[in-house]
Amino acid sequence: MNESLLQELTPIVIGVLVRRGADFATAEDAVQDALLEAVHVWPDDPPQNPKGWLITVAWRKFLDTARAETSRRHRETRLESEPIPGPGEAADDTLQLYFLCAHPSLTPASAVALTLRALGGLTTRQIAHAYLVPEPTMAQRISRAKRTVSDIRFNQPGDVATVLRVLYLVFNEGYTGDIDLAGEAIRLTRQLATKTNHEEAAGLLALMLLHHARRPARTGPDGRLIPLTEQDRSLWNTRLITEGVDVLQTALTRDRLGEFQAQAAIAALHADARTAEETDWIQIVEWYDELVRLTDSPVARLNRAVAVGEANGPQAGLAALTELDPALPRHPAVAAYLHERDGDPVTAARLYTEAARQAPSLPERDHLTRQAARLNAQL
Amino acid sequence: MAKYLLLKHYRGAPAPVNDTPMDQWTPEELSAHVQYMQDFAARLEDTGEFVDSQALSPQGTFVRYDGEGRPPITDGPFAETKDLIAGWMVIDVETHERALELAGELSAAPGAGGKPIHEWLEVRPFLVEQPTVIE
Repeated sequence: MNESLLQELTPIVIGVLVRRGADFATAEDAVQDALLEAVHVWPDDPPQNPKGWLITVAWRKFLDTARAETSRRHRETRLESEPIPGPGEAADDTLQLYFLCAHPSLTPASAVALTLRALGGLTTRQIAHAYLVPEPTMAQRISRAKRTVSDIRFNQPGDVATVLRVLYLVFNEGYTGDIDLAGEAIRLTRQLATKTNHEEAAGLLALMLLHHARRPARTGPDGRLIPLTEQDRSLWNTRLITEGVDVLQTALTRDRLGEFQAQAAIAALHADARTAEETDWIQIVEWYDELVRLTDSPVARLNRAVAVGEANGPQAGLAALTELDPALPRHPAVAAYLHERDGDPVTAARLYTEAARQAPSLPERDHLTRQAARLNAQL
Repeated sequence: MAKYLLLKHYRGAPAPVNDTPMDQWTPEELSAHVQYMQDFAARLEDTGEFVDSQALSPQGTFVRYDGEGRPPITDGPFAETKDLIAGWMVIDVETHERALELAGELSAAPGAGGKPIHEWLEVRPFLVEQPTVIE
């Protein structure tokens, strides 16, 4: 049984059913039923055309459900059993599913869950496990999301930016256990980038590939964080880096810059340096200027201060930092780093301790505590 | 989404506004209180925000390592302990504001006289396991 094939076919079959007139929730259920049947039937009797088989079985299951519903509610109504021709045969069904799963009427968490289920073909249990919540909780989230989008017409153009935001959220969740959400996000973004030819979809794909390429070096065997400057760069995946840079360069030639392309450009400059000292900080600052211009994000400004500190010295970095709200997440960590480089270990140690207290994750807190302990031991 | 622990205290939190001890409530008031909390949990299960909920006995025992080959010394319960946890609920919500809103709602459980007890609940964010990717 080829599980990745089933995962691949899930969104396509849902898309076909919805275009034929099925509502999303029922279509999704019908496809899940068809997948279950495939798991039982295919090992003994593999179909010539798996996609056609799934569409036929799922459509039959949808009709069964629709008939049961209909006969219960209005016995006089008979549902036409022939497929209803969709309006846009040329329209890409799977692309429409991307827009539906990331619809603005959904909360980000629901959009993420629905995307993983309908587009990723993951089971509710797998998604629940990845998010460390009980399975019934995730089942509720998904069924609410399905109800929310059930009434939405499928023929309106979607907003690519919303879809990209959802995929970015999935990627940032990292991974737990058997489901690698980062890998899943890359797979889906790759599909989307092919389907839409949107420069920011390419930008996000490049960003993900470049980050993913450095993942093996980012944490030690004990789970501890390893900062960029100390990473073993031979562990970086050069194939992914090459692909990321290629995707980014193609996107950049279209001269429609967006925040994901700018972030990917920064990631590419890091990936390009064979040693930390070779990092082109001048160019990185320029890209952060673009990113700040595009997003006006406080996080981008904070990261820019780090880059300025590397390019023009810690004093310049600290000057850039004074323009920012000290209450920003990670502000004390950045300040600590710059103060240490500026030759003030006492202030740096105090700020590292403060940063550790505010850290949102365990590895980050431990990393910052180690920094403070290292400086305190030298004082 | 982010997970939060809503912590109920037997002791240790500031006194609730409606501070009649539970053993002086009527059985109906007690039932209403329990029902409120069950309804609250059921509603969170329905919204997909529920993770876990447990009540704890007040009878705690302190244990510590006390050298190789010797049984750990236990002592307690500590009647003078300042802080005593009564139970918890874990929620997984979209925002910090939502966590505060739900804690406020849980604190409105009815107590003596059928009026909200205005119990103080401690809201603690979980530290996440995986770092998010930020350059």
